[in-house]
Amino acid sequence: MSGATETPSEADTSALPPRRPYLSRMSQSFTPVILLLIIIVFSLREGASFLNPRNFNDIIIDSSQLVVLTVGLTFVIITAGIDLSVGSVLILSSVVAAKVMIALSGTPQDIANFQFPTQQVGIPVGLLAGVVTGLICGVINGALITRLQMPSFIVTLGMLGIALGLGQLLSGGTSVPNVPPAVQSAIGLRELVGLEIGGQRVRITPPVVIAYGIALVAAVVLNRTRFGRYTYAIGSNAAASRRAGVNVNLHLVKIYALSGLLAGVAGAMDLMRFGTASVGSHQSDNLAAISASVIGGTSLFGGIGTIGGSVVGAFIPTVLRNGLVITRVQPFWQNVAIGMVLILAVYIDQRRRKAEERM
Amino acid sequence: MALSAALARQPVLEARGINKHFGPVQALTEVNLSVFPGEVVALIGDNGAGKSTLINVLTGVLPLESGTILFNGEPVHFSSPHEARECGIETVYQDLAVAPHLDAVANIFLGRERRQPGIAGALGFLNNPLMRKETEEQLAKLRVRVPGLERRLVTLSGGQRQGVAVARAVMWASKVVIMDEPTAALGVAQTAMVLDLVRQVRDTGIPVVFISHNMPNVYQVADRIVVLRLGEIVTELDPKTTSIEDAVAAMTGSTRFVTKEVV
Repeated sequence: MSGATETPSEADTSALPPRRPYLSRMSQSFTPVILLLIIIVFSLREGASFLNPRNFNDIIIDSSQLVVLTVGLTFVIITAGIDLSVGSVLILSSVVAAKVMIALSGTPQDIANFQFPTQQVGIPVGLLAGVVTGLICGVINGALITRLQMPSFIVTLGMLGIALGLGQLLSGGTSVPNVPPAVQSAIGLRELVGLEIGGQRVRITPPVVIAYGIALVAAVVLNRTRFGRYTYAIGSNAAASRRAGVNVNLHLVKIYALSGLLAGVAGAMDLMRFGTASVGSHQSDNLAAISASVIGGTSLFGGIGTIGGSVVGAFIPTVLRNGLVITRVQPFWQNVAIGMVLILAVYIDQRRRKAEERM
Repeated sequence: MALSAALARQPVLEARGINKHFGPVQALTEVNLSVFPGEVVALIGDNGAGKSTLINVLTGVLPLESGTILFNGEPVHFSSPHEARECGIETVYQDLAVAPHLDAVANIFLGRERRQPGIAGALGFLNNPLMRKETEEQLAKLRVRVPGLERRLVTLSGGQRQGVAVARAVMWASKVVIMDEPTAALGVAQTAMVLDLVRQVRDTGIPVVFISHNMPNVYQVADRIVVLRLGEIVTELDPKTTSIEDAVAAMTGSTRFVTKEVV
């Protein structure tokens, strides 16, 4: 190296050229810029019917489940893995939660009369059962991936089918009826904080607190703890992590368990928000969450990603859908737009990788 | 560090009569190797001569079949690389065994993270300033310089990354550093940097076992050269009195050296 006479740190840092290529810098700021552009376009087009506090409140509430799934996916993708099963696990979890909730809220006679005498027990236990269902699916994913040395793509693709099928079997293929309405009225829609902004009521509800609370905790865990450090290390170089004494398999089981757990939480949130477990929706949530995480800067090759980026990434489909509905454009265009943004994001990620490897 | 000075002391690590089979193939035959404090021992040999096998047996990657390994004069049995590391024997592998998306300090402390005191530590919160401080202190003590401790390794050159891998080994190796082809993937300037590090480590008294194909590198850095051929130690060369041609001849077997008995 150079600069033997100066103090080592100064000499060496100056000896290194600035090695942050243009594309790398671009991809870090690229997601918020896209989000901002989408917001600006809809605001210019629709004015106050899009750009108002109440509508943004709706967007934040609508984003809550996707944010939870995306946080889980971000951990998985940073380890260079994938979890395709989160949407199905969400469905299975919400069906299990609904079934347990109904079973514990009263006798079949009560339920048929739409009476829920023991819902104080039924609702919390039901929600917990949903979360635990997700956790179990995640642990199974992790165990199969690490014990059988199978690619995460295959194992979670299998779990996608298994969880969806079980959910459909349990529910008979339809939305689960007779869920105690209190889960929605007393929990999901409960106004924890209400603000008057510009004459409009802005509400903070439990799903929002849960989603952004989880995102905040996840960001701290990823940045400041050994768990986060190992997550990046395994995605960056699993063999080197193993040699350094990291229990890679155990960590991966925890990562998939976390992803499953969060899918279970999102499933429980489904009941809170909509008062029923619907089997029909959420089947493409896995792709939405993967897209959100990747658009938010998480690299499918592992080792790179942030929770903040993923949350911004999760906002893009939500804002698009909201704006398109207000614009009275077919909201299906959302899928088209997300697909294009996803391809662009991965292209930029690849370019960034290549630029780095060239150095 | 002269041969005679090294011989006067007790070996830190010593292998006696090591044999190793892979099925019908005899990979190592009655191998004896001693590593003394403050020396660079080069282990050379053609492909398949048994260099890596010997290292893997010494560091517990492969089980010991027959023979004895002495560590500070005491017989030891490493059943995993982890146990060797706990004794202060660190290995630098030929493929850059670092996590390129982490910075140098994170790589150096990977698997040995320092956590914050109290409840935060129990929750797994890292003490990054402490790790950084310990790294700087330790590397300064060893006079090993690693540029850009806070930079992710993807932004460093191959040589600088290997520098981090070596620094990690040096940081934790209290007894022996083993380097398996540390310069194989590197350019000229980067190689010079790694060789410099090898000398700096040696000068702190920690011996280095240096495995390489690259004879000029070996002659630049080694105090003693041990030649393996077809699983046997065929000779030991003094780089001051022999030439690269002698080493190549010994490796390929074109000249018959009389095997010298190592104490």
